[in-house]
Amino acid sequence: MSLTAAMEAVSTPSMFAPVSTPAFAIRDLSFLVLAVVTFIFVVVAGVTLYAIVRYRRRPGEDGRDPPQVYGSTQIELAWTVVPFLIVIVLFLTTTRYIFAIERHAAPADAVEVTVVGNQWWWEIRYPRLGIVTANELHVPVSDDARPTPTFITLESADVIHSFWIPQVAGKTDVIPGKTNRTWIEPRTPGTYVGQCAEFCGLQHAGMLLTVIVHPKNEFDRWVAAQQATAVDLPEARAGREVFTSVACISCHTVRGTFANGVFGPDLTHLMSRATLGAGMARNTRENLRAWVSDPAALKPGARMPAMKLSDDQLDRLVAYLVTLR
Amino acid sequence: MSIIAPPVATPGTLVERAGLVTRLHEWVVTVDHKRLGIMYVVSGLVFFLIAGLEASVMRWQLTSAGSTIVSPQVFNRLFTVHGTTMVFLVGVPIVFGFANYLVPLMIGARDLAFPRLNAFGFWVFLFGGLLLYFSFLGGDGLYGAGSAPDVGWFAYAPLTGRAFSPGNSTDYWNLSILVTGFGTVATSINLIATTLTMRCRGMSLGRMPLYVWMMLVVAGMTVMALPPLSAAQIMLLLDRFLGAHFFDTQAGGSAVMWQHFFWFFGHPEVYILMVPGFAMISEIIPVFSRKVIFGYPMIVAASLAIGFLSMTVWAHHMFSVGMGAPLNAAFAASTMLIAVPTGIKIFNWVATMYGGRIRFATPMLFACAFLFQFLCAGLTGVTLAVVPFNWQLTDSYFVVAHFHFVLVGALIFTVFGAIYYWFPKATGRLLSERLGRWHFWLFVVGFNLTFLPMHWAGMLGMPRRIYTYPADRGWDFWNLLATLGVPFQAAAILIFLVNVVISLRRGERAGNDPWDAWTLEWATASPPPAYNFETEPVVASRRPLWDLKHPDDPDGPHE
Amino acid sequence: MIPTARMSELTAQRMSAHGSGRLSPARVGMVGLIVAEASLFAVFVVAYLYDLGKSLSGPSPTEVLSVPVLGTVCLLSSSVTVALGVRALGRGAVRRCGAWLLATVLLAVVFLIGTAAEWLRLITREGLTIGTSLFGTTFFALVGLHASHVIVGLVMLALISAFAWSRALRPAHLERVELVSWYWHFVDAVWIVVLTVVYVIGR
Repeated sequence: MSLTAAMEAVSTPSMFAPVSTPAFAIRDLSFLVLAVVTFIFVVVAGVTLYAIVRYRRRPGEDGRDPPQVYGSTQIELAWTVVPFLIVIVLFLTTTRYIFAIERHAAPADAVEVTVVGNQWWWEIRYPRLGIVTANELHVPVSDDARPTPTFITLESADVIHSFWIPQVAGKTDVIPGKTNRTWIEPRTPGTYVGQCAEFCGLQHAGMLLTVIVHPKNEFDRWVAAQQATAVDLPEARAGREVFTSVACISCHTVRGTFANGVFGPDLTHLMSRATLGAGMARNTRENLRAWVSDPAALKPGARMPAMKLSDDQLDRLVAYLVTLR
Repeated sequence: MSIIAPPVATPGTLVERAGLVTRLHEWVVTVDHKRLGIMYVVSGLVFFLIAGLEASVMRWQLTSAGSTIVSPQVFNRLFTVHGTTMVFLVGVPIVFGFANYLVPLMIGARDLAFPRLNAFGFWVFLFGGLLLYFSFLGGDGLYGAGSAPDVGWFAYAPLTGRAFSPGNSTDYWNLSILVTGFGTVATSINLIATTLTMRCRGMSLGRMPLYVWMMLVVAGMTVMALPPLSAAQIMLLLDRFLGAHFFDTQAGGSAVMWQHFFWFFGHPEVYILMVPGFAMISEIIPVFSRKVIFGYPMIVAASLAIGFLSMTVWAHHMFSVGMGAPLNAAFAASTMLIAVPTGIKIFNWVATMYGGRIRFATPMLFACAFLFQFLCAGLTGVTLAVVPFNWQLTDSYFVVAHFHFVLVGALIFTVFGAIYYWFPKATGRLLSERLGRWHFWLFVVGFNLTFLPMHWAGMLGMPRRIYTYPADRGWDFWNLLATLGVPFQAAAILIFLVNVVISLRRGERAGNDPWDAWTLEWATASPPPAYNFETEPVVASRRPLWDLKHPDDPDGPHE
Repeated sequence: MIPTARMSELTAQRMSAHGSGRLSPARVGMVGLIVAEASLFAVFVVAYLYDLGKSLSGPSPTEVLSVPVLGTVCLLSSSVTVALGVRALGRGAVRRCGAWLLATVLLAVVFLIGTAAEWLRLITREGLTIGTSLFGTTFFALVGLHASHVIVGLVMLALISAFAWSRALRPAHLERVELVSWYWHFVDAVWIVVLTVVYVIGR
């Protein structure tokens, strides 16, 4: 089994390589904080090191104890007040950033997305656009002239998950019975990776997440393609028969057919996605066949059962699925 | 002026050595605080070895991307049991074991207030620990790691509900910790009663050793903070067995409520683990610097402040839960505030060393490493209090690095220092200094090699509790470094064990006061007789033995 | 020689009750237990208050709860009787102490019977169980936790009462009996909180 990410080369998801407004803000704040604590470390560690070296017992010294110093109210007051002042500065700065990020209002052109965490995949819906997909969040790039951030509503279908793509925003938990909101505003097109960040069971490690940032016209094209209902190619009819007769439709939706199950990912445009199983394998014909035959072989514990299909059924089914672009 | 009673002959030399069964029986039925203390510490160290093995397997797997030496199921059980063991079966028993041993001696008392309750506390802890490990044998048996819990040491709901954790693995976690919790509360009540009512004459609260003060604060925190965990666990029991809905989100129950209750316990718990480390350091640094502790009253005040403030910061473990900006800011404030009394202690310790004549025996080596490592741990804690920064780093390897710096770099280092310091008192023999140095240096190197890179891995986006990771995220190198630290730490522990075994038989005899120290435990034999002191001591200052050794310049007028 | 004090015998040190002016370990111990228990109950109370009104189904508190007046009067009176029992023992009247404690036990039994009757009604007639809804969960957990503590206290008091009748109880045991009475007062205080939260605020 291997974990892979999207098809293009991805950058390391470093919080110090932000591409989106909230992530930029966090990085800037962190520079200040790291500078403060580094300064404190250098000073205190320096004094400690000095004391260790300067006041070590040297050979040849008599065994007498040095002068006993019991304390000094002034010094102790000073070294209490100074850290307290540092704390106040840090607190005020922190609060300013908290409110700026959390209370940021959605402009009229914001893209609205609802992300539903499942064990162990992400359902991604665009309510205003009528799109449902999985594991990949496609968003338009935003610029200052006409900002188009993406505001995300976070819900869980089962246990607590956490939505985290470091380069675009800090993490927000996905909690059953509670609706959380977060937002991203990427400034640079590209592919950015993340994954679930709250232990959610067996395949917590296998719940990868990708944000694909498109230039605006490209995003519009992606939306249009996703809004289309599933193609209905004659050569794939045989496979579609298998799809509807074996229990696939009880869990999966394919818009344009009467498959409208909600437990598993929407498959209308399955082949537009780069990976299977939320990042467990590249989305190729071979892997797709292996996945449908026995998901647990690629992702132990996956909720999708092995369908126990014959080779012939499998071939026809896969031939159908690969048409769902 | 005060004088200490003359030393008592080391017991056991005059009496014929009893048979093995008799000696074992004595240990099993003992209510003597010294024996129970030793049993607590030894049990804690045994669990430490086991949990260390669990960690080693995890580090082995995480060395490279995509490695699956153990299955996801086993890995998840490993990190759950590792964390649960280290907190409840290593940290708690060791710190309370030391308190058991030292508090009566330091206050000139004969035993704890309730010796039989003390024994109850120990056996209940041991039972709970064995129950947790018995879980490995349930279910599929040892090979599949049985029914060992796999929900993380803080067991978030609703993952722990019947729906998502069928079988009994979560119940093992729940019940074993519930049971050990009763023992811990009992021991804490015991310590409080002892400290408040059984101090020897002349020892007002203001003349107690700092160790005793801090353990009093710890015991107080335990009495208030542990029952909320028990309450939450009872609720979880009701959910799982009687169909209750406390944490059942499908029925309107609240997953976040579990987190609030858990962390209301959980945060004081980490101070309950850490403050005893401060307590031990506050005894070790002065003796090896040959100077009185700088600023005793301020340290006491700071310890009390930490005790109270620690109950107000819990939700800093929940900054990504979506509590809203005002609550996030409030908990950021309290968390940053508690850094002040915690941090200034470092200044007191350094000021004690300043102007001293520092002797770098093994306890002091560990104390020095503690100073740097705790400084680092405290500062990463401050960065985590900066909420937006926390949104990137919570639930990542940065947090793993932070709390291992606190619990290993600070606490375990002080525990080792304390063992080297008080082992002679408990056994009558000194540990080997040569082996001690090997132990120290190997452990310092190994510890830092493992946990420093984790800060960076977290900043590069690596979440915690993952059994493997993708190859293209740039995490491989840092994980490799982290694993390289493991053999050093393993070697260090091995040397430590060899040191203990050899020194028990052939260590240099210690006498009453091998370190030229100043508190009452050094005024009696090593090991002390069962009744501790032949006559109840009377003290006139914070350092009774200093007064004895320096009759021309006793502490009293300076305090 | 650290002067003056002969090593006090451990028991004597621990049993220094009245007259020594020193705090006794047993008193501190009981206070510690009460603080721990208070912390335990507080969490269940918080859960009850937090979940008020959040049940998705099932009967509501207003529909099915009525203030347990008789039980409350009995339980709160039992604090008076236990205090009278302690006072009697302090005066050396062991049998009278036993009688007052027995009265306490009986009052507690009436309280428990009331609770049991209420639970029976809720479960069989109103269809409210611990698994019905959030209200059922938090109600039975909180009231049940309190009832379990009443039972423990009741057993302790019954034992002491029995010892009084068998003459094993002596005035020297005053502190121990007093401490059990402290526990009992705590249990009553918790009832006042439960009463307020469940039957007043909650309805």
